[in-house]
Amino acid sequence: MKNTTHTYGWVAIALHWVSAVVVIGLFACGWWMVDLNYYSDWYKTAPFLHKSTGVLLFGLILFRLMWKVTNVSPSKIGNALEKRVASIAHAILYLLLLLICITGYLISTADGRGIEVFSWFTLPSFGAWFDKQADIAGLVHQYAAYALMGLVLLHVIAALKHHFINKDNTLKRMLSNRS
Amino acid sequence: MKKRLIGAIIAAAISGASQAAEYVIDTKGAHAFINFKTSHLGVSWLTGRFNTFDGRFFYDGKSYENAKIEVNIDTSSIDSNHAERDKHLRSDDFLNVAKHPTAKFVSSKIVEKGDGKLEVQGVFTLYGTTKDIVIDAQKIGEGKDPWGGYRAGFSGTTEIRLADFGMKEVLGPTTVMLDLHVEGIRK
Repeated sequence: MKNTTHTYGWVAIALHWVSAVVVIGLFACGWWMVDLNYYSDWYKTAPFLHKSTGVLLFGLILFRLMWKVTNVSPSKIGNALEKRVASIAHAILYLLLLLICITGYLISTADGRGIEVFSWFTLPSFGAWFDKQADIAGLVHQYAAYALMGLVLLHVIAALKHHFINKDNTLKRMLSNRS
Repeated sequence: MKKRLIGAIIAAAISGASQAAEYVIDTKGAHAFINFKTSHLGVSWLTGRFNTFDGRFFYDGKSYENAKIEVNIDTSSIDSNHAERDKHLRSDDFLNVAKHPTAKFVSSKIVEKGDGKLEVQGVFTLYGTTKDIVIDAQKIGEGKDPWGGYRAGFSGTTEIRLADFGMKEVLGPTTVMLDLHVEGIRK
């Protein structure tokens, strides 16, 4: 279940892949839904699903970070520079994820309305924190998402490079916890 | 600078033409409102307002021959009581406030139609497009206020079509009713 110095435990593996699928799904959904016609069947449903999923993803990210800091991490593979770059890139991935979640929350809650999560519970609003909140948070949400997708692409390329060019364990240990 | 010059010319033209008193629209005390409403799906009205605007009018208390009104609206102050909708209304699907931050109405002629009804003719600039419009208006009242000032108030309505101003009409053909309630304090 837990990580070792050489392998990821299944919790970390599951968190990684669930995040991956959800993050890419949310990006695609967000990209598509902002141009929906007002009279589309999805005009209300798509944002509802996007926001509900986003709120749950935020919880998942917080749990993931907690899991990360209370666990050992498998040692990175590569030279000193690669390790350094990987650490920075991973930190930025987490920061962008948090930023996107927070700005998404700030768009929808700027007028005091909470966010309904799958008709399950309502995440309350804390009102407006700053002027033009919905517009500014909206812009940050959009561009942070583009930046995140750029970094995800880099992340995927790096993983494939490790797997096919360096022929090391980097990708395999994120797929299985057998050492 | 250009704005000020135009303002000065208008003021000079008016003061030269008449003794009409200048009233400043009381936006400071929020005794003036620019509301709008538009149909929602044909089943109901969606209403909202512009929170930030300013303006003034000239009125001599008797006739409307020399009367005039001008109002400047900060389009980004649109408020329909829903942050997500207001964000959409400010975007380039609707007002595109980044490109067109102000709307403006300047009357050209005010005609008395009898029965207290007024026809305020003028030009309205919205979305960077200037069109002639007519506001059906009436005087609500005037008189001394309890704090040493003198006030006069008018209200008016007009209906505009978004496409007439070059707006996109992403909801299909859209007309919007504008409701103005202006109370001015005499200078």
